[in-house]
Amino acid sequence: MQAAERAPARVAATDPVLVHIKGAYKHFPIGGFGGLAVRAVDGVDLEIRRGETLGLVGESGCGKSTLARLITALMPVTAGSIMFDGQDITRLRGGGMRRVRRKMQMIFQDPFASLDPRMTVGDILQEPLDNFHVGSVRERRQRVQELLRLVGLNPNFTNRYPHEFSGGQRQRIGIARALAVNPSFIVCDEAVSALDVSIAAQIINLLQDLQREFQLTYLFIAHDLAVVRHLSDRIAVMYLGKVVETADRNDIYDHPQHPYTKALLSSIPVPDPVVERDRAPITLKGEIPSPVNPPSGCRFHPRCPIARVPGVCSEVEPPLEPHGAQDQVAACHFAGQA
Amino acid sequence: MALPVAAVEGAPIDWEVPEQQVGLWSDAWQRFRRNRLAVLGLGIVIFLVGVALISPLLVHFGIIHDPIKQQVESIETPPGVNGHLFGTDILGRDTLSRLMLGSQVSLTVGLLVQGIIFPIGLAIGLTAGYFGGRIDNLLMRFTDIWYAFPDLLFVLVVVSVWSVNGPWFVQLIPIFGAIALVNWVGLARLVRGQVLSIKEKEYIEAARASGSSPLKLILKHMLPNSLGPIIVTLTFGIPNAIFLEAVLSFLGVGIRPPQPTWGQMVADGTEAIYANPTSVVFPAFAIGFTLLAFSFIGDGLRDALDPRMRR
Repeated sequence: MQAAERAPARVAATDPVLVHIKGAYKHFPIGGFGGLAVRAVDGVDLEIRRGETLGLVGESGCGKSTLARLITALMPVTAGSIMFDGQDITRLRGGGMRRVRRKMQMIFQDPFASLDPRMTVGDILQEPLDNFHVGSVRERRQRVQELLRLVGLNPNFTNRYPHEFSGGQRQRIGIARALAVNPSFIVCDEAVSALDVSIAAQIINLLQDLQREFQLTYLFIAHDLAVVRHLSDRIAVMYLGKVVETADRNDIYDHPQHPYTKALLSSIPVPDPVVERDRAPITLKGEIPSPVNPPSGCRFHPRCPIARVPGVCSEVEPPLEPHGAQDQVAACHFAGQA
Repeated sequence: MALPVAAVEGAPIDWEVPEQQVGLWSDAWQRFRRNRLAVLGLGIVIFLVGVALISPLLVHFGIIHDPIKQQVESIETPPGVNGHLFGTDILGRDTLSRLMLGSQVSLTVGLLVQGIIFPIGLAIGLTAGYFGGRIDNLLMRFTDIWYAFPDLLFVLVVVSVWSVNGPWFVQLIPIFGAIALVNWVGLARLVRGQVLSIKEKEYIEAARASGSSPLKLILKHMLPNSLGPIIVTLTFGIPNAIFLEAVLSFLGVGIRPPQPTWGQMVADGTEAIYANPTSVVFPAFAIGFTLLAFSFIGDGLRDALDPRMRR
């Protein structure tokens, strides 16, 4: 892939951190008196550096989207702190919260569900501008047209309704809305998963162009590993509510340390049929365990090919520690040994 | 700032979008118009409103008979005799003019009751649905208690305890109140359900992420998106209220004579149903057609406002 050769990654590891997530938890209580809860996000530590694209990957249901909603303060955390630009956004209310919202925006997964069907495109794009009282009404109208042009849509489309657009066009509108108030940080929650491959490629290129143009920081959530590799500077892998490995894009693809990362990466098909035929992808046994009652010790141990059970893996929860390359961390007692 | 067109390398942008702009409401109107029964219903209702508005004038200028005046020489005449197109009743009053003036009561009840229900149901439903939790629980249990009352019994009790003297529209106040009190429940539940489902939609999350306040979320996003089912429910509520008023008048606790109402006409007519069937049949038909017309409109609106019906 062309992007894979584009090393070294654009952002040096010494860059200041824009978003710092410390021990974030999100538990959803599920009825009853037993205090049972779905532990969607269960102790996540993560840094997002200024100007980088951090790819976040993991199976469905591992808590990626919940983490995205915690970072953008669309949901309150159960515990932990999320520092955005030096400010703990979990403690913000009202006006302070609104000021932060202006700096971080989100692009949603489903371009058909994320645009209000009863509003024109112009109204949708003008809404954030109205909320933050940006400029005069006439300036806002001009800005809306600018935004449409910016994402490659006809600026005269302001009077149309979302249902008149195709999926790719709608996603462009979603991107334009996120850009409206000049944010510095954008969370892309599976922003291209709902699109055709060719359309997804256009949107990804658009996102990259915009990043270069406006020095944006992205958190890019996806389950398509090829897309993540193409777009990200660093990659974090989530499993059952926890981050199990974080590293530079090339390091994680070339020598993953966590056995889960290894299995995940081996599931990417190789375009060369000869190589593909001789390749033996690591198949994980079993299903992803219930996030209501995660396994003891390392929560990957029931499915792990190298786990020592009974032993340290089923008893002690491994912390995120440096393994492998510089700037690479993994939460595994036997990191790199698969 | 300079804004370059972030065009996509290699891939042309698709500008091909249908030229004509179709708004959601004009789209709904197009679909409504294709429904013949709904248009017929709308026609009947417009006709009735016209009748209700001009009939006092017609009486004033002597074009139709005075609905109150008893003409002793033509008691219980069949239709067409002595210039009484629909005949007369047991007291010799003209059935046609009584029907025409009676439409005032029916339409006022039908429309105004919905006017009272709308803000109550909307406020309670929106509050319960949006805030959820304890507020939702409290409001909905209250609603359930109201729901448990038998409609007619409740209205009968209210109307017989609280009666007002005066012209017919003043007498209507307790009737409005009683019917509205038993009917807002359905709307509140519907609105709550709508808000609960819309609250989870991604576009609401998106609006929150772009800094919209709760009030703006409710008024600009949730309300417009739940308006379709609300309008349909209100339309179906109109015949319900008209029917309840007719029942009350039939039972003799509604509007007091001399103001004619359709329910009262049916009640009076049943005494002589074999001797003079027309004095029952015409008001009964009037009630039936009005209910049917509003039901057709409700049906048409339901289909027109449902985007899945788009062809």
